Amino acid sequence: MSILVNKDTRLLVQGFTGSQATLHSEQSIEYGTNIVGGVTPGKGGQTHLGAPVFNSVHDAMEAVQPNASIIFVPAPFCKDSILEAADAGIKLIICITEGVPTLDMLIVKKRIDELGIQLIGPNCPGVITPGEAKLGIMPGSIHMAGSVGIISRSGTLTYEAVKQTTDLGLGQSTCVGIGGDPIPGTSFIDALKLFEADEQTKAIVMVGEIGGTAEEEAAEYIRDHVTKPVISYIAGQTAPAGKRMGHAGAIIAGGKGTAADKIKKLKECGVHIAENLLQIGAKAKEVLG
Amino acid sequence: MTYQTDTQGQLVNSILIEECTDIAQELYLSAVVDRGTQRIVFIGSSEGGVNIEEVAEKTPEKIIYEPIDPLTGPMPFQARKISKILGLNSEQSKEFSKMLPQLTDLFVTHDLTLLEINPLVITQGGKLHCLDAKINIDTNAIYRQPEIQEMHDPSQEDPRESEAAMHDLSYVSLEGNIGCMVNGAGLAMGTMDTIKYFGGAPANFLDVGGTATQERVSKAFKIILADPEVKVVLVNIFGGIVRCDLIAEGILAAIEEVGVSIPVVVRLEGNNADIGSTILAESGAEIVSLNNLEDAAIKAVELSK
Repeated sequence: MSILVNKDTRLLVQGFTGSQATLHSEQSIEYGTNIVGGVTPGKGGQTHLGAPVFNSVHDAMEAVQPNASIIFVPAPFCKDSILEAADAGIKLIICITEGVPTLDMLIVKKRIDELGIQLIGPNCPGVITPGEAKLGIMPGSIHMAGSVGIISRSGTLTYEAVKQTTDLGLGQSTCVGIGGDPIPGTSFIDALKLFEADEQTKAIVMVGEIGGTAEEEAAEYIRDHVTKPVISYIAGQTAPAGKRMGHAGAIIAGGKGTAADKIKKLKECGVHIAENLLQIGAKAKEVLG
Repeated sequence: MTYQTDTQGQLVNSILIEECTDIAQELYLSAVVDRGTQRIVFIGSSEGGVNIEEVAEKTPEKIIYEPIDPLTGPMPFQARKISKILGLNSEQSKEFSKMLPQLTDLFVTHDLTLLEINPLVITQGGKLHCLDAKINIDTNAIYRQPEIQEMHDPSQEDPRESEAAMHDLSYVSLEGNIGCMVNGAGLAMGTMDTIKYFGGAPANFLDVGGTATQERVSKAFKIILADPEVKVVLVNIFGGIVRCDLIAEGILAAIEEVGVSIPVVVRLEGNNADIGSTILAESGAEIVSLNNLEDAAIKAVELSK
């Protein structure tokens, strides 16, 4: 088992013929992901990377029945693309694009919650279930099927955690990049819930960073609802207050959202802390015995 | 210098002069995008002109948090709820019921993330008046705010940070002496933390982005080296989709182009990392190439002392 994606995932790529979508779709296909089609308005009827191109998600729905979609369209059009996929009935939507306006996300989030849709991102690396399907921009080669579920707000930092758990022979059940934006489609808690229910997952690695209180809320959820061991690393222990550190969500505002606060809360709630990013894998190994 | 600037202070370029207001009472009103409720939330308090965090801590009953449903917008009953906490009389409450939708409209049409009116005053004549305000704008939405783009004043920013922003690099200057160049914001923060962990001090946060091309690496080197405090540069690249041998060549070309004269420690990981390291080792340039972040961070700290 795994969460969210597996070998039965039938993927639709929105913004299919663009350069980023093409590059990453090629890699996904090579990894074994079943891409059933793509959408680029105005290019319907063409074939791209061996898959049919449609003018709309609704057309694709009728012809090839995708059950997941990945979005590579530019930020100004993401609101429309997400809502289009939602309207067409797709239940798992992954938005890779960075830079989606916050107020667009407020509307999108309300709508997808009403419809019971799982949106991952925006501004995220995507989701991978090693050996089964890769829906995102992560390098497939560093992954290995195994027992650790990984949830992260950051892309390359996830790769670091993945590499360490692979090198130590633990492997991953599924890795979910929830993205670095202030209003993410999927929260740590949503992903924790899924991993807790997944048999293959024996331990959960949660990679957080400064800004907001998502880690603190996740800590309380873990204390009350998660029986599996959780290992956490928080990036940004040296970040100054009031400066946005790359990610739109990574800012210490009014003294809130510091790494120290998050670590303290996580420890209180029984989460195992990797003090340094170099120790994520080792900590997971130690906890799993 | 104020508590909102760093220790260097900020140069004042323009001043707004307003008519003198006879203040009867100072109130607090703001709106933020709240991550918890995932709504625009209005925050009001009868205690204006002071540090609101302090009010929240000491007298939480004097503050109201009112989330706005994006579907309905602010409703009159919500204005009445806030008015009650602000302690407005019925005349002022009516005035406020008009003000609330206008403020929400301002917030939404300009893609704000914060609108703070502190203080909102009641004048001697009993009227409501917004005396001082501060707004934050969502940088992700600046593309659709041409009016606000025009107001942008680069002289109010760190020159290296604005230079970096022009090249789509995310850079924040810090006070240490180890220059950092990393791909990915999370890993960049993680690298800074690792430097600190081994007793060093990072000079900056710099995310070169997912695709570390030669051009971007060159620009990044230029920005890092413009800081005279920097004694060593630590490059940490987790090449996922991009091949590390290409990144290695990019780094070499950039070093040659920019003329780097201080030691550079490079850690390459991911696709073709071995080939990349070999290219760097055989180049004859003054580069220490290490495959593991721990060794690279320790080396950089050692060279910075």
